[in-house]
Amino acid sequence: MIAPAIELVDVHKSFGAMKIIHGVSLAVPAGERHAIIGPNGAGKSTLFNLISGRFTPSLGTVRLNGENVTGLPPYQINRRGLSRSFQVTNIFPRLSVWENVRCAVLWSLGYKYSFWRGIDGLADVRKRTESILDEIELLDRRRVQAGVLTYAEQRALEIGITIAGNAGIILLDEPSAGMSTAETEGAVALIRKVSQGRTLIMIEHDMGVVFDLADRISVLVYGQIIASDIPAKIKQDAAVQTAYLGTAA
Amino acid sequence: MLELVTISALNGVLYGMLLFLMASGLTLIFSMMGVLNFAHASFYMLGAFFGFQISQLVGFWPAFVIAPVLVGGIGALVERYGLRHVHRHGPVAELLFTFGLAFIIEEVVQMVWGKGPADYRVPPSLDFTAFTAFSTNYPAYKMFELCTAIAIFAVLLLLLARTRVGLIIQASLTHPHMVAMLGHNVPRVFMLVFGVGTGLAAVAGVIAGPALVTQSNMAASLGPILFVVVVVGGLGSLSGAFLASLLIGLVQTFAVSINLSVADVLGGIGIPPPTGGILSDVWNVTVAQLAPIIPYLLLVLILILRPTGLLGTREH
Amino acid sequence: MSDIATDIVKVPAHADVRPPRTAALARLAAPWIALAVVFALLPLIFRSGSSLTMLSLMGIMIVFALSYNMLLGETGLLSFGHAVYYGLGGFLAVHFMNTVIYDRLPVPLFLIPIVGAFSGLVFGIIFGSVSTRRAGTAFAMISLGLGELVASSSLILRSFFGGEEGVSTNRTKLLHVFGLNFGPQIQVYYLIAAWCLVCMVAMYALRRTPFGRICNAVRENPERAQFVGYNPQAVRFIAFALAGLFAGIAGALAAINFELVNSSAVGAAQSGIVLLAAYIGGVGAFIGPVIGAIVVTWLEVMLSDITDVWQLYFGLLFIGVVMFAPNGIAGLLTMHVPLLQARTYRPLGRLALSYLIALMPALAMLAGVIAVIEMTYHRSVKASDGATISLFHLTLDTTSVTPWLAAIVLAAGGFLVFRRTWPIVGAAWHDAVLAAQAAEKRR
Repeated sequence: MIAPAIELVDVHKSFGAMKIIHGVSLAVPAGERHAIIGPNGAGKSTLFNLISGRFTPSLGTVRLNGENVTGLPPYQINRRGLSRSFQVTNIFPRLSVWENVRCAVLWSLGYKYSFWRGIDGLADVRKRTESILDEIELLDRRRVQAGVLTYAEQRALEIGITIAGNAGIILLDEPSAGMSTAETEGAVALIRKVSQGRTLIMIEHDMGVVFDLADRISVLVYGQIIASDIPAKIKQDAAVQTAYLGTAA
Repeated sequence: MLELVTISALNGVLYGMLLFLMASGLTLIFSMMGVLNFAHASFYMLGAFFGFQISQLVGFWPAFVIAPVLVGGIGALVERYGLRHVHRHGPVAELLFTFGLAFIIEEVVQMVWGKGPADYRVPPSLDFTAFTAFSTNYPAYKMFELCTAIAIFAVLLLLLARTRVGLIIQASLTHPHMVAMLGHNVPRVFMLVFGVGTGLAAVAGVIAGPALVTQSNMAASLGPILFVVVVVGGLGSLSGAFLASLLIGLVQTFAVSINLSVADVLGGIGIPPPTGGILSDVWNVTVAQLAPIIPYLLLVLILILRPTGLLGTREH
Repeated sequence: MSDIATDIVKVPAHADVRPPRTAALARLAAPWIALAVVFALLPLIFRSGSSLTMLSLMGIMIVFALSYNMLLGETGLLSFGHAVYYGLGGFLAVHFMNTVIYDRLPVPLFLIPIVGAFSGLVFGIIFGSVSTRRAGTAFAMISLGLGELVASSSLILRSFFGGEEGVSTNRTKLLHVFGLNFGPQIQVYYLIAAWCLVCMVAMYALRRTPFGRICNAVRENPERAQFVGYNPQAVRFIAFALAGLFAGIAGALAAINFELVNSSAVGAAQSGIVLLAAYIGGVGAFIGPVIGAIVVTWLEVMLSDITDVWQLYFGLLFIGVVMFAPNGIAGLLTMHVPLLQARTYRPLGRLALSYLIALMPALAMLAGVIAVIEMTYHRSVKASDGATISLFHLTLDTTSVTPWLAAIVLAAGGFLVFRRTWPIVGAAWHDAVLAAQAAEKRR
């Protein structure tokens, strides 16, 4: 049996006296598109931080493709094939769009800390950067400083940096936040395309996006998962309706 | 031996208190405003020189009050017209601003008072022996220094814990934006904290000046030790600064009186001395000679064992 | 998946298309060849001994300042103790030179900077392993502490640091190659210029490597760098070691130039000067520290001849740059590049005029401030030399009120008028920017 892509086993997280995550267990099989929904303050971003290594669980285990990665620093988890985006845009502000994406492809292409090779001559770096920029439709903005892009462009860049490393497991934190309907449609198409053949875990508030994309949904309320099932069942779940969705229309 | 230990302990605590007098202001400014005031030791130096000059005119006791107020005032002005302007250029620019300030203050002091030591003396009213421990006369002036430092801390603690301004400062220490949104004039609080912080450094200068040497290189020699104190204690931690100040104060003071060298220890167990070169230098160095660099050795040790400092919080 | 090949074809012509190899290589090498020619021809323009010395000092400082910017400008590491690697490079170089002389080893002088490089690298690794555990403000304070540690050790390790007099050597006693004994300053200049060019090329090339790009990423957002697979601490450590390497070369060049190294070479003042040079020049551009090194060296030599308080002026210049031009001289220049590229000469002319208008009261203000400083200095420290000083070709009596009053009026009045010119400059700038943007749109 293949290990799940991401497995959380009874994970707890407290900040001092504040307990945010109260024993979450979750298994996301490889190739699944999984959405995590829940009211504000439920601990969704904290969960992402725990999976990606930004925080260490107070208790419990995090497994990546079967390997125990609890407590590893973010760069080690990333090197094992997990990449994440941020809810608050977290790019390299004074670097150009091109540089932003190029920096994100370097490690995965094996160049690591190489200071003995000229980067402009590396064809694979250039090709991959170009293809990512093309996917997120920022190729003709590539010389612009990332900090002066529009909000939607920055969100696109945010996703671009996340997928640049060719990670097998992608975490997207509210990718459509602040977007208009048209922009959201574009984002959904992009997400569907880039998550082809990969595992996707997504935090979202836009229910349209969730039910459009997700294979399975988990509902997080006050640091606990109250339901985890296919979208149709979640829509009908009474506890979920009370806690989050409101009564069925 | 016991005499040496007692006297060294007293001197060590005194030195530690002086260090903390400065480190506390530095930590408060850093915690509140996020900028490490590179010129903090320069305000200490200004305090000493102002204290000297004013005491020449009107005597020590008026100088004791006027000098810190003057220097604190200068500090407040520096914050208002200098630091605040530089804030928008980022943390590096802020630190470099204070660095340039330290440079300029040293040059101005040199220009006005020259490079030699100023004849800043212990006032006659305090120039007697407080007590005699074993065979050493312990000067009253040092007791005065100690009492002043402790008194100031007591007042500060009371101010921070019991007054409204103190509560606002405590809140601004961790949540400046929230405090601003509650309607408090955070820039004015910043100016106050910077002024008080530098004023504290000036007090240390006014009282330490007669005991140590008042000279234009005071800031350059004490500054690095001060920053080691805050890094070893943990940047932003007041209690860490207290611990580190005492630690460094005591260790340095004790070290000065120990004349043991590597030769004494290793030679004593029969290891032959190396011939010339660096090894010979290291062989013959005494602990007393190492005293000036002990703070830096401590820094390296802390960085290896506990990089965030003794009581520091985890860096993000 | 879209067809990537056709998408790339849609991209405009000035994109990252690959030109033929030789053309690209020539375009890359051209500026460096031009620089080499400039370096070679400079002594023909500036022939005097003192000029050659100054040029040599500039060459050393350029290498030192560029190595410093590998830390500050590229990786965001503010160091107050970079002179440690410079000074230790110098010390190791003189000791090695003395060994070569004593043991008559066949090592020519122009290979000595390699010893400096080795020294800088080794000490960069040793101290860097400890320093780079923290970043930001903590790193700055650690660098200060380590700098003091090494500087204070110089009094203990007398055999290595040579005590107060330092360690001296004789550069003419090494192996003579091509009939060069490197006694005359012009030969030393060419040695320094050659090494300076090599180091400049190397440090420029380093920026165009994967590592160099990641240094920028770590500077911009160390957290995000982690999430794309990089350990920021490892990046900083490598940058630190490499910066130490080049600083060591600068130190060795200084050792060759002065034939003497003493503990001031590792001291706080030396660390301060390279920081000043890099920052005043501008840390955001490769050419910034080069400009800063030239300006600071020139000022140091020129000003110290004119006035005793030149360091105060340095400090004021530095603070001025921090407060009003944080991107340094290079930043001020690059600010105008888009305007020049737009070729809107009328608004540019008006902008230049506004600068001139603002310059005059600024000069008056400066004159007043300088007068006050010089007179104060004279009264407090050099009063025994008499009452008068000579300033701006005028003789001023420091005991009378008139020159003081005049100086204060000049300073205050100059400032007030200067302030009035700011809106003029602001408006001219605004117009020039708008005109440039309009011109760009028309293209």
